[in-house]
Amino acid sequence: MKPPAFDYLRAGSISDVVEGLAQQGGDARVLAGGQSLMAMLNMRLAKPKLLIDIMRIKELRQIERKNDAVVIGAGVRQADLLAWPDLAEALPLVALALPWVGHVQTRSRGTICGSLAHADPSAEMPLALVALGGEVLLRNARRRRRVAAKDFFAGMMLTARADDELIEGISLPVIKGSRVAFREVARRHGDFAIVACAAMKTPNGVRLAVGGVADVPTARDWPRLEGSALDDALNAFAYELGARDDVHATARYRRDLVRMIGRDLIREVLQ
Amino acid sequence: MTRLKADRRHAVRFSLNGKPVEAEAEPRMLLSDFLRHQLGATGTHVGCEHGVCGACTVVVDGMLTRSCLTLAAQVDGCELKTVEGIAPSADRLGVLQQAFRRNHALQCGFCTAGILMSLDHYLGKNPNPTEAEIRDLLSGHICRCTGYTPIIQAALDAAAELTSKKETSDA
Repeated sequence: MKPPAFDYLRAGSISDVVEGLAQQGGDARVLAGGQSLMAMLNMRLAKPKLLIDIMRIKELRQIERKNDAVVIGAGVRQADLLAWPDLAEALPLVALALPWVGHVQTRSRGTICGSLAHADPSAEMPLALVALGGEVLLRNARRRRRVAAKDFFAGMMLTARADDELIEGISLPVIKGSRVAFREVARRHGDFAIVACAAMKTPNGVRLAVGGVADVPTARDWPRLEGSALDDALNAFAYELGARDDVHATARYRRDLVRMIGRDLIREVLQ
Repeated sequence: MTRLKADRRHAVRFSLNGKPVEAEAEPRMLLSDFLRHQLGATGTHVGCEHGVCGACTVVVDGMLTRSCLTLAAQVDGCELKTVEGIAPSADRLGVLQQAFRRNHALQCGFCTAGILMSLDHYLGKNPNPTEAEIRDLLSGHICRCTGYTPIIQAALDAAAELTSKKETSDA
């Protein structure tokens, strides 16, 4: 339960980070809040040769409102975003989901982008990113690129980030007057979700995003559905997610949760 | 930019409960081990070593921090508070610690250091907590002895005492 040996680089600028990543590639890992990565190191599920600590880089610590989007830097802690005065107005879905991420004692250190980089299929922030249709801002030593949420998560704990790329931040759209809802079922508050769902009213109907069932958080858009048409759509979606049995819950229970929570949340946002 | 080599020990300096401290650590050394083995500050306990149990919780620059999920190198230059910094002096208990004693809020004591740190930090910012808020805070800790009820009672008891003391001293 002790981490393997690695070099530790305290980066002073973004160029320190991307140069370190360029040199060391897949053997380097970016260390932000450490709430996922340090546990992986302690359990030796990750064995990097170099850790690049980005938390002393001031320009990564910003939350910026840009017209119709909010840009959250890689060094923004979950507690920083929860304390941001505009959160409920600009990002109501994130305001609902964020208190479900870990505990007070881990949100104080853990970052938003770190949770996305870790890409646990049950985690709340990846679900929120997919539900909102946000973008991940990636950067290496040569170029920057933006990847849409649905293309970012490639599998269980796998993302589209290349070994030499830093997640510089994310951009989340501000959707004016949107009705949103979030609910999660876990054995204890603060645990990873067995199933977590986010719903949002869209101009043409409704979007439901589900975490904890498929290998990646998955969103589906429907026109305004009611009654048995809604039940049928939810049932088909629940099966398409390919739920599996594990120590936490059976596949059948997960499908039940998708159907029941999905219906409740969709009614709530369409009401 | 500072790069610390894996196979060497490097100086780590920070402020511990108001006093400057310094010792050497390899980059991979956890803060929990640094506190206990390098500095001899064994009040901080080590439970699960993957951030779940909360026994090793300390305060770094005003943030509640799992010291087992933090490297000693990360806190270089920071201000730390550990359970050794809660009591007014070595032979006296603080208000929160007295409330734990009165309410039987500990049995084996293994989880207690971390829980005291969370409550001390929380009550400093939220002097009038509700029971639900205390329960939410305690969800970040595991205690296998008490069943939590006496801990919640002790926290509310300490909050009431701290508030009334503050009112008396303000008057």
